[in-house]
Amino acid sequence: MSKNILHSWKNTPLASRVEEGSSKNFKTGSWRSKKPVHNKEICTNCLQCWINCPDNAIKVKDGNIDKIDYDFCKGCGICAEVCPVKAIEMKNEKDE
Amino acid sequence: MSSLKELSQRKGGITSGHRLCSGCGAGIMARQVMLAAGNYKVVVACATGCLEVATTIYPYSAWKVPWIHNAFENAAATISGVETAYKSLKKQGKIKKDLKFLAFGGDGGTYDIGLQSLSGALERGHDFLYICYDNEAYMNTGIQRSSATPKYAATTTSPYGEVISGKREFRKNITEIVAAHNIPYVAQTAVGYWNDLVTKVEKALEVKGPKFINIFTPCQLGWKYGPEKTLEIGKLAVETGFWPLYEVENGKYKINYKPQEKKPVEEFLKIQKRFNHLFKPERKEKLIQEIQDNIEKGWTELEKKEKCLN
Ligand SMILES: Cc1ncc(C[n+]2csc(CCOP(=O)(O)OP(=O)(O)O)c2C)c(N)n1
Ligand code: SF4
Ligand code: SF4
Repeated sequence: MSKNILHSWKNTPLASRVEEGSSKNFKTGSWRSKKPVHNKEICTNCLQCWINCPDNAIKVKDGNIDKIDYDFCKGCGICAEVCPVKAIEMKNEKDE
Repeated sequence: MSSLKELSQRKGGITSGHRLCSGCGAGIMARQVMLAAGNYKVVVACATGCLEVATTIYPYSAWKVPWIHNAFENAAATISGVETAYKSLKKQGKIKKDLKFLAFGGDGGTYDIGLQSLSGALERGHDFLYICYDNEAYMNTGIQRSSATPKYAATTTSPYGEVISGKREFRKNITEIVAAHNIPYVAQTAVGYWNDLVTKVEKALEVKGPKFINIFTPCQLGWKYGPEKTLEIGKLAVETGFWPLYEVENGKYKINYKPQEKKPVEEFLKIQKRFNHLFKPERKEKLIQEIQDNIEKGWTELEKKEKCLN
């Protein structure tokens, strides 16, 4: 038997530590097949896309849409559907 | 009620890089709940299920608040213990901060296996908010039916074929079961209605004692629709009367939104492939009508409660 086997609860580590929000180190952008492209000219900054993005991938600065974070956006298309003025267009990932 | 501009300035409780499916309603629900709670210091317990698994795959976590993993069946028991320990430490002067306690469970973890621990925690009167994100089946283990699965929905354990047409039973009404515990605040809301959702969470967190919010949470994988349709499906559930937005505050009922004219339920059914067999190869009028009648019955009952209990 290996010497590394833990023999009792006394030498079992209490817990491992996981940093808060560390999933930021795991990029999910590669899941995407379609890419939302945001048009600042048309956008009225109503923030409907921001509040409804499941992946927190729409960045807001001082109450305005700043950018879409392609490191994490999974390309679901919810933002484009919910935008009342069609300021987000879903494009094919490979065409971009 | 907080505006979107206000909410956008809050530190959210859950961040990117989680592994919920693209377009998952649970991701939307969790972000909105945590933004609504963003002005408080909160402690969260999560029952096993898609939300818990996909947001905390070791060694990562998408949570930015103290967060406790626990088993499938006991989120409410865990948060009861935490809240009790907090009260004791506060009394002893060992903790100064004011904290709020939140538990999340899926419909499997709430309507089914966690019902007993939830009921106990409600009856003991712990000061916490329980969020049930109802995606109408056990999604994380591969779409098995739960007592929240609607009648005639196909799941892997309630398939459709020559003998049966999907699930054979109507869903359980957990919101009413919870309301029967006479707790101070019970509500139903839905993904697709951020304003209603955020308002209810903010309101609940102001109330002392046990609170429960049941959130209709579309699941693109299990309900079989394109991921961009998550909000639309939430809205159709409400517009057809399938999922009324209402609250029970100290026993008083209030329907928060009454569609001027309810849409026929088939508009909600036909865009989800889990109900495909109701329309193809031929239309099963009797079954669709049965679902429609059940909605009318539920709506009439709810209106009566609103009239008598307010
Ligand atoms: C006691 C126990 N039984 C079974 C499981 C396996 N299991 C993990 S998640 C899950 C389904 C969760 O369903 P639900 O609560 O509806 O949440 P969802 O995954 O749909 O979000 C099951 C059965 C478990 N973790 N614990
Ligand atoms: S496509 Fe989906 S994940 Fe990407 S920014 Fe839009 S809502 Fe967010
Ligand atoms: S299976 Fe459903 S609930 Fe689970 S992550 Fe995917 S969309 Fe969300």
